[in-house]
Amino acid sequence: MLTIEQLHDVKEKVFKEVALRTQPVDTTINHICICGVSGCASSGALKIEDQFKSLIAQRGLEGVEVITTGCMGLCKAGPIVIVYPEGTFYTAVKPDDVQRIVDGHLIGKEPVVDLIYEESKAGDTLLSIKDVDFYKYQKRIALKNLGIINPDSLEEYIAYDGYQALLKALTKMTREEVIQTIKDSGLRGRGGGGFTTGMKWEFTYKAAGDQKYVICNADEGDPGAFMDRSVLEGDPHAIIEAMAIAGYAVGASQGYVYIRAEYPGAVAQLGKAIVQAKEAGFLGSGIFGTDFGFDLEIRLGAGAFVCGEETALIASIEGFRGMPRPRPPFPAVKGLWGKPTLINNVETYANVAQVILNGADWFNSIGTEKSKGTKVFALGGKIKNTGLLEIPMGTTLREVIFGIGGGIPNGKKFKAVQTGGPSGGCIPEAYLDTEIDYDNLIKLGSMMGSGGMIVMDEDNCMVDIAKFFLEFTVEESCGKCAPCREGTRQMLRILEKITEGNGTLEDIDRLEALAKTTQTSSLCGLGQSAANPVVSTLRYFRDEYIAHVVDGKCPAKACKNLAVYNITDKCIGCTLCARKCPVHAIAGERKQVHAIDPAVCIKCGLCIDNCKFHAIVVE
Amino acid sequence: MSKVCTEENFQELQQAIATHAGKKGSLMPILNDCQRIYGCVPKKIQLYLSEKLGIPFAEIYGVVTFYSQFSIEPKGDYVIGVCLGTACYVKEAQKILDEVKAKIPDLEVGKTSADGKFTLEATRCIGACGLAPVMTINEDTYGNLTKSQVEAIIKKY
Ligand SMILES: Cc1cc2nc3c(=O)[nH]c(=O)nc-3n(C[C@H](O)[C@H](O)[C@H](O)COP(=O)(O)O)c2cc1C
Ligand code: FES
Repeated sequence: MLTIEQLHDVKEKVFKEVALRTQPVDTTINHICICGVSGCASSGALKIEDQFKSLIAQRGLEGVEVITTGCMGLCKAGPIVIVYPEGTFYTAVKPDDVQRIVDGHLIGKEPVVDLIYEESKAGDTLLSIKDVDFYKYQKRIALKNLGIINPDSLEEYIAYDGYQALLKALTKMTREEVIQTIKDSGLRGRGGGGFTTGMKWEFTYKAAGDQKYVICNADEGDPGAFMDRSVLEGDPHAIIEAMAIAGYAVGASQGYVYIRAEYPGAVAQLGKAIVQAKEAGFLGSGIFGTDFGFDLEIRLGAGAFVCGEETALIASIEGFRGMPRPRPPFPAVKGLWGKPTLINNVETYANVAQVILNGADWFNSIGTEKSKGTKVFALGGKIKNTGLLEIPMGTTLREVIFGIGGGIPNGKKFKAVQTGGPSGGCIPEAYLDTEIDYDNLIKLGSMMGSGGMIVMDEDNCMVDIAKFFLEFTVEESCGKCAPCREGTRQMLRILEKITEGNGTLEDIDRLEALAKTTQTSSLCGLGQSAANPVVSTLRYFRDEYIAHVVDGKCPAKACKNLAVYNITDKCIGCTLCARKCPVHAIAGERKQVHAIDPAVCIKCGLCIDNCKFHAIVVE
Repeated sequence: MSKVCTEENFQELQQAIATHAGKKGSLMPILNDCQRIYGCVPKKIQLYLSEKLGIPFAEIYGVVTFYSQFSIEPKGDYVIGVCLGTACYVKEAQKILDEVKAKIPDLEVGKTSADGKFTLEATRCIGACGLAPVMTINEDTYGNLTKSQVEAIIKKY
């Protein structure tokens, strides 16, 4: 148990030790922060940590601390190592590089320039990580502690104002004041729908019931998104603190975090944090000596996208098939086990403590008129800087993709950006100057979604992408309502027909009619939005559909059935392709240009992979 | 991954039931544990759970078949998961999947190889999109994959 005085003592003492990571401090101490999750972990971060620790011990260095942190965001450049107080930004570090950093930087006091992130070199000076383009344009609220603190350390969380918001809410604010603050802040749900969070809290607060529940939705089903995972792995106490505040506000004593089973790391990290919070008395009965008690339990999903939908999620926690039910009644009135239930997304909660501490006006001064604060995006696909970033609402798509994201790699041309996952749409170049907020993205036929942002270049076929998402929804449709179950299947069939080169113009009309039916008559958000990838690609890339059905061509050369393989006169007749071809479709004399028999070719691509002279092209 | 029913892991299952039973909504956590312990939830165990928990077998079967993480058949020693999430898909993960299929004879998505060594799964985003395209083999993650690396990786197992 920590008393209020002890909480303040820990904060003061530990902050002095860790402040060098976030503000200028005159010190001889070095902190080496290593990103230890996700991408960096699978490319060897743990070995690097061991290497640092053993070398530091070997060299007998004093005043050097090695810290494993959560995601630093720039996943592409991992494993990432940052040396404070300078904030020197080492990327793509290999275990063998560690010795050079220890001897060169820590002992010799000279940064190892060739290991430093290219974009933090500005002429002769080295930029601190905070001033690199990728970070400079960001504003971190939900991700504020990620990459800074060690998620295993409750003390480091406390050092950066941890549990101060809970203390403030419980001891200085009434439940109504907490709800009013969240309402005034303008915070909207980050799980996809964008419903005003404060209103949801108020509905749950007002609902009659002796027992109420608070749920955190960490199902993160959007394929291509990892915001929630990163928050849980990098700053788990922020979610615990926010859920306790929510419990106090709405009158719930029990909370559940529903995490998808594909995230064992996040489950373990949060589990550890819950134990710490219980030991310290931030969970349990009589928190901070008040009569408010709150407990938290983790429940695992089991691989069903639809369980991200709130009523399906509740059914899943109750131990049933995760099928949605019609709303109303909304969970705020009738939720888990029939009791009033507040359900919010991980990122929504990640904002709560900051809003309580800094006030509604601080939060609502950031962002656009109707979308306040920031949004976290997982930037991926054909983009240079893949990773995790947080920007103020109102930042344009162009700033994110070409400013922070660094643009499209390999000299390719931008084609579209996909937001909102399987419920969203593809946005073309012409709208890149749109300011990102809930309403603007919906106007463009996409949506904010939970924060997946996938960039596509000229090699991606938009009909194929629509097909990809429909395959996803067909597989994930729970089957309860016919419009979704059958509508998605028929749309997929048509898309398959088109990408195989057998489509007709009537098929496009049929696709549009089906899309409308599915959108308007499905039971839950999954079906209602399942057609969005089709509708948005038809809206912006209709010419690609037409090219498939009228000209029998795939402009991106991505649809296998429509591709024609040809050998150009770059061919020197080495015969390698003819020998590799599994169906013997290639013939030709030695030292003569070869030819492919299109009737036999199965378009497997082996010849292209093997040709050293780039002589084989797809048309 | 696949484990036969032994005295030891039956004990482990008993323990899992004891931990969760009595809690509201205990079926999912018990099934999750069962999947972890045995690598599957065979019919025999479903019947056993039905009796122990007083939940109709049909209901348990319904839940097991609804969620893709639960399998009735045991999986191979090594589960190869090729991510077909959006970030991986736009980076040609399909080609990685095709390559895995080409290198291990008769392996299909959702199936286990005849010798029981490999199970192939097309997974949805595992949250390592920064490394797309991504493949996992049991607990190991391989990122920034190219088709030509696949064979060497599989040979490691
Ligand atoms: C098919 C479907 C999938 C969803 N998946 C998620 C998800 O993975 N994570 C999430 O937070 N919300 C998801 N939602 C939205 C939830 O139903 C719910 O609106 C949200 O959790 C509420 O939290 P918020 O107000 O904080 O956004 C999904 C909705 C639908 C229709
Ligand atoms: S899409 Fe493959 S890891 Fe996210």
